[in-house]
Order: sequence, then structure tokens, then C-alpha cells
Amino acid sequence: MNSAFDLRIGESHIEVHKFRSGAIVFSALLALVIQAWLPLHFTRASLLDLPLLVTIYFGLSRRNPSTGLILGALIGLSQDSLSGPTVPLGLFGIAKTVIGYLASSIGARLDTEHPVARFAVTAGFFIVHQGIVAMTRRILLAQPEPWFNLHLFGAAFLNALFAVCLFLLLDRLRRPS
Amino acid sequence: MTAIPSRHKSLVLLAGVILLQVLLLAVQIKRDSQGRLIRSWTVGAVSPFERAGSYGFGWFRDAWRNYFALRSTRKDNEDLRRENDALKLRLAQLEGKAAEADRLATLLHFRQSQEDVPMVAARVIGGSAGTASQTIEIDRGEHDGIRKDMGVITPDGVVGKVIEAFPNTSQVLLLTDRESGVGAMLADSRIQSPVGGVGEPLITMKYVPNDDDVNIGERVITSGMDRIFPRDLPVGTITEIKPGSTFKQIRIKPAANLEKLEQVLVLLTLHPLKESAAPAAAPAASNAAPPQAANP
Repeated sequence: MNSAFDLRIGESHIEVHKFRSGAIVFSALLALVIQAWLPLHFTRASLLDLPLLVTIYFGLSRRNPSTGLILGALIGLSQDSLSGPTVPLGLFGIAKTVIGYLASSIGARLDTEHPVARFAVTAGFFIVHQGIVAMTRRILLAQPEPWFNLHLFGAAFLNALFAVCLFLLLDRLRRPS
Repeated sequence: MTAIPSRHKSLVLLAGVILLQVLLLAVQIKRDSQGRLIRSWTVGAVSPFERAGSYGFGWFRDAWRNYFALRSTRKDNEDLRRENDALKLRLAQLEGKAAEADRLATLLHFRQSQEDVPMVAARVIGGSAGTASQTIEIDRGEHDGIRKDMGVITPDGVVGKVIEAFPNTSQVLLLTDRESGVGAMLADSRIQSPVGGVGEPLITMKYVPNDDDVNIGERVITSGMDRIFPRDLPVGTITEIKPGSTFKQIRIKPAANLEKLEQVLVLLTLHPLKESAAPAAAPAASNAAPPQAANP
């Protein structure tokens, strides 16, 4: 069942995964650290949004909207804190809160264990995330921000592709059922 | 208390977390010229209510002031109009009294400046009964020492002479009457000639030879030769000069305003007056006693 791309109508058929103690916190912190450190050495790495991928993964796996949105909020606010004075607290926090909620809600209805499903869902969430960030910048901060362009499309593809690999690694943190 | 359905709890939580972060953003963000975003939002959220409240209160206040509070306005308006009319009437009376006071002050000053010349102040109480003669009636008569042919003047100049004295009133023939005449002379050239009226506002000087040099604007004063008026009283000012067959035709504007006489002085002597008699100094005596007190 875990390896199948299966659409389930009832929530009772979806498995809720448990993780080793501290795995979620450790993964989130590691993603934040790498996200802050990697672009310093690899400019192209700034296209990746590791905190977003972690949020999506645990949201899809935990399948609890409340937990997912709180995790997204904490990761997003932490990313805001590490992003310097040009990024106000709440910019990524709002976006990742929504993504955490959506990922948990979708994870409760769809089986997203298949790599293709993970690729598609991650690409979609990346676009939604970017849309929320752009909307927040435009409306609340009155800053010019493109809704979407070819560069972001490439970033969405890259993140989705990287997510497939990353999620396989994170699957190892699950507790055996 | 209604419990929130479990499926909606996560939505409420989502809304709450997003709202908290939006507020967090608003507290941090400072827009150009609008201050912090939270302040801008607060003002934007509150100002419609404030505006509505202000309009509502203004409408109520205007309605109260313009309609309900005006119930007694009609009566107030009528009262004020009546009061205004009364004040206008009072103002006219006071203006008349002030003008009379000025005239009396001028007379008094003139009288005080001629203390050694016996004269009596009189009020004009009537005018000519017809257009054929130029006379006035004054409220002083024989009981006040007035006799026929006594001179009548104002501080401005010669008015005429008494043609009839009654016990308490007298009749004065004005300088402009056809029958009137006064001995006069030109103030500069000292050319003497009688001056008389022709029944018009201007009087004439009759016997100035064409050869004599006379100028328009020259003053004419009394010469004292008529035994009625003392010397050097102002008679008038030359306004028109025309050459005649033998004598010049000289027209003079009387120094005294004969058309608006209200108070006059009756000379009880023929002694010459002092030159210092000048109407311009009249305000200095405006607080003095009325001219009746100067009656010798």
C-alpha cells in the first residue's frame, strides 16, 4: 500500500505515520540550517526551499491539519528569523502555515507515498507557497513581487524533483508500524 | 455554549495563526508617510465608524439647531426687529443732539471769544411765510434787549438784521433778501461797496468800478459803515466776476449757511469784533455752558 499511488475516498484507509522522537524537530532545524548555509557556497542552491519541503513532508505524513499548520508556522517564522532584516516575521510564516494545513488536509485524503504523487504535490505546493508570499509582499508590504515566472517554474520543478529524493530519506525516520 | 465542530477546529486554528502572523507583520512594517501598518489598518478600520458617527451626530445637531431649536426664533426675530427700530430712532435722536451740541459749542466759543461785545444767542423758530422775502423768526425779542436794525450773525459770518422786534420773538431779514444790504469791503484791496441780496442764494456787490482789481475767491467783510454790523465780520467769498457798463457784476457766496440756520447771535452793539473769532477753535469749547448763559 505504501508504494502505491492510490486515491482513497475514506480517511480510515489512510495510514498516519509516526516518527522517531525528535525527528521532526531535528529535520526542521537541519533544513533551516542547510537553507541558511548552502546558498553561501552554492548560489544555485537558493532555488531550493528545504523548510518548505520539510513542512510538506510532515504535513502529508502526519495528516493532522492542526499539527501541520502549527509546524508550518513554526518553521516559517524560524525561516523569517534567519532571513535577515529585509524579511519581516510572518512572511514565510503565513505561507508555510497555509502549506502545512493544505498538506495535512490533502495527506488525509490522498495517498501521496508514490514518487510521482510527491513530485506533483510538491510542485503544486511550491507554486501556492510562492503565490502566498507574493500576495503578502504585494498587499501587506506594498513591495513589488512577481506572481510567477519561468525562473520560479524551474525552481518548482527542481524542488519537486529534490523532494522525491528527500522524502525517501525522511521516510527512514518513521517508526515502523 | 455551542461547541465548534471538530472538522472546523483546524480551520479556526488556521485562521487564528494566520491572523496572528498578519498582525505580527503589521506591527513590524512601516510604510512611507503612513507610519506603521498596524496603525494604518487600525485607522482604516475605525475611521469609517468615526466618519459615520460624525455625520450622524452632525446631522442630528444640524437638525436640532436648524429646526427644533428655532421654535422661538420668530418671536426673537420680531423682538430684535423692534429693538433695532427703537435703536435706529434713538440713534437719529442722538445724532441730532450731537449736531446741535456742536453748533451750540461753536456759538459758545464765538461768544466767549467776544466777551466785551454784548450779544444774545437765539434759536431759529420759523422761516419766511412766502417766497417773496427771505426772513427767519428767532425766539428772542425786546425782553432780551433786541431792537430793530440790530445785526444777526453766526460764527461763520453775517446773517442779516432784525427788521421787527416783538416782546419774545424777532423777525430777521436775511442777507439774500432783495431789500437787504450791508456795508462791506474786499478784505485784500479794502475796496468798499454795499452788498445786497437779489432773492437768490448768492448775493451781489454792486459798486466796484471796472478798473479795480478784484479776484475770484477774495473774501468780503463788513466795513462798519452801515452802523449795523461792526467792521471785519465775514460776509462771503467772491465766486463770479463779470464786467458791467460802469461797475463790475460781482456775485458772492455768503459766509454763513443761510439755508440751514438753527442758532444765531444777535449783536446788541456796533462795536467792532476782534479778529480772533474763529469757528475752527469751536471744539475746544464744546464742553462749555450753553449759549443762553452768554446773554448779557
